[in-house]
Amino acid sequence: MNGKPLLSVRGLTTEFTTPEGKIARALDDVSFDVMPGQTIGLVGESGSGKTTTLMSLMRLLPAGGRITAGRVMFNDINLLSLSEREMRDYRWKSMAIVFQGAMNALNPVIKVGDQIHEAIMLHNLMDEDAAEKRVKDLLEMVGIARTRRDQYPHQYSGGMRQRAMIAMALACAPDLLFADEPTTALDVMIQAQVLELLKEIQKALGLAIVLVTHDLGVVAEVCDSVVVMYGGKVAEYGTADHIYNEAQHPYTQKLLAAFPDVSQPGDTLASIPGTPPRLTNLPPGCRFEPRCHLKIAKCSQIVPPLLEVSPKHYVSCILREGVEADFR
Amino acid sequence: MSENWKLFLRNLAGFWRTFRRNKLGLAGGFLVLVAALAAIFAPALTIYAPSEIIRDENNRALTFAPPSVHEPLGTDDAGHDIWAQLIFGARISLTVGFLAGFIAMFVGSALGIAAGYFGGKIDTLIMRVTDVLLVIPDLPLMLVLVATIRQMELKISPLAVLIVVIGLLYWTSTARLIRSQTLTIKERQFVARARAIGAGNWHIIRKHILPQLMPLIVANTVLILSTAILIESGLAFLGLGDPTKPSWGTMLNFAFDRSAISNGAWWFYLPPGIAILWVSLGCILLGNVLEEMLNPRLAAHHLEDEKGMIAITSTESGT
Repeated sequence: MNGKPLLSVRGLTTEFTTPEGKIARALDDVSFDVMPGQTIGLVGESGSGKTTTLMSLMRLLPAGGRITAGRVMFNDINLLSLSEREMRDYRWKSMAIVFQGAMNALNPVIKVGDQIHEAIMLHNLMDEDAAEKRVKDLLEMVGIARTRRDQYPHQYSGGMRQRAMIAMALACAPDLLFADEPTTALDVMIQAQVLELLKEIQKALGLAIVLVTHDLGVVAEVCDSVVVMYGGKVAEYGTADHIYNEAQHPYTQKLLAAFPDVSQPGDTLASIPGTPPRLTNLPPGCRFEPRCHLKIAKCSQIVPPLLEVSPKHYVSCILREGVEADFR
Repeated sequence: MSENWKLFLRNLAGFWRTFRRNKLGLAGGFLVLVAALAAIFAPALTIYAPSEIIRDENNRALTFAPPSVHEPLGTDDAGHDIWAQLIFGARISLTVGFLAGFIAMFVGSALGIAAGYFGGKIDTLIMRVTDVLLVIPDLPLMLVLVATIRQMELKISPLAVLIVVIGLLYWTSTARLIRSQTLTIKERQFVARARAIGAGNWHIIRKHILPQLMPLIVANTVLILSTAILIESGLAFLGLGDPTKPSWGTMLNFAFDRSAISNGAWWFYLPPGIAILWVSLGCILLGNVLEEMLNPRLAAHHLEDEKGMIAITSTESGT
């Protein structure tokens, strides 16, 4: 992990106002770096803030959500300081997203090809004819026959729709691709195809990918580094190697243990007792404290800082020793 | 462009196939079509002009003459042919109804989309105005408005006043309907995706929201038309029509004023009444059926469409 990061997220904090007027802190002090051409995984349970992180980075938070602190530096430009109009220029041209359940992200009444075309033409990147050619090239690149350009989303299978979404994401040749659970709701064979496709594309185009998933197997397969999130905070952040072989945070350890081992089919599935914290009613100390098997009294009093336990390996647990992370 | 045109024709053909099977819809379409044709070809359908006074051999006006061979619906108190008045009245009634209906539909859709899409203060403002308009009884309000505007002697044709007043007061139900549908479409993921690709509000509304709303707007327009025609008849009956260009409502007004009922001249007041019933029934039948067909949520035709879809797929994948 040398060189200058493509995207560097520092202290990103996002809050939602619930209809009852309560404040839910969905992201709290999230920091990580994305290197050019690297794949970084965002892992965590449902509600841990993975999708919110992506939406905050794209500045596409739903109504009631706002970013209250932090910096998002993309090639030395703070995306959070841009106006909405300026931000629109960055979307898709610099950073594209493949949505969770991407099959629903296609408009059912517009031809797939036209929707990809729309993405290109919105940014006036090329003239009509060139765009038309690019649409077909993109479809071919993700393994969809050029002749299916004029079909509607319902004429595509689930995996094809997902691939069409990836083609659309690549339409404006972004430097950074967000993939929000790109393999959920697909069967295992198709999952493998889609992941393979993402890897190939990354190799061919050299883009950086932020992959959101709760499937640790996927992470192991494709990610260079991993951010483990819990309750809107970074629990552990390091290279894939760090996370898989030297997991330091009790949550990461439990998460890895909960992943079924194919070589031991007889085992009962391990689980972490309890439920993730309510974002409107967070525990005062460590967010994982109520469910932690290693907790000590101090855990419920002190919010653990993110510690650098070894170079580029950060853990947020007061039981670990290390220097406090200095993200700048 | 020709590609789109072909697709449109194919959609239209598919639409007709489904529509053809619906008896009520066909009946509604027939009623509306007959009225529209009668209005368009009015001069060819009668030997008299509506304002022509029919005289007998002694050159006396033929007043309150019952239906006969030459005057199929009889004559009124001044000797005008009722049939001629009826079909020329169709022009006025339908024109006012259609124009007012379209204004109402346009205003209602625009405000509904704005309220649903932008939400917040805009939504609150539009919806409160809608609420206020909904609680004011519309007929008295229109009476007052039309009468007041007439008093101002603005040199606007009385029909134009009617059209604008009806159009600008009848958008409330459309606005609420469109707003609620916009709210659900807005939450669909392809709208979030459109935003993610860098689309602005205008682009999203035009390309992604409006096409999904179109079926609802079309069906609603047909229903609004019937309301507009009824309201126009009501206002004209109360004397707010243009006496020089009698609509069906104006004819009823004349019949009532000139004691057609006490004279037993049923041919004077029944035909315009039946004509109003004819057109509004046609619009309502047609509107309900269109809504049923076009609104996927009420669709029983869904299965038929699936079949059609599969057929289209197989023919295309063959090429």
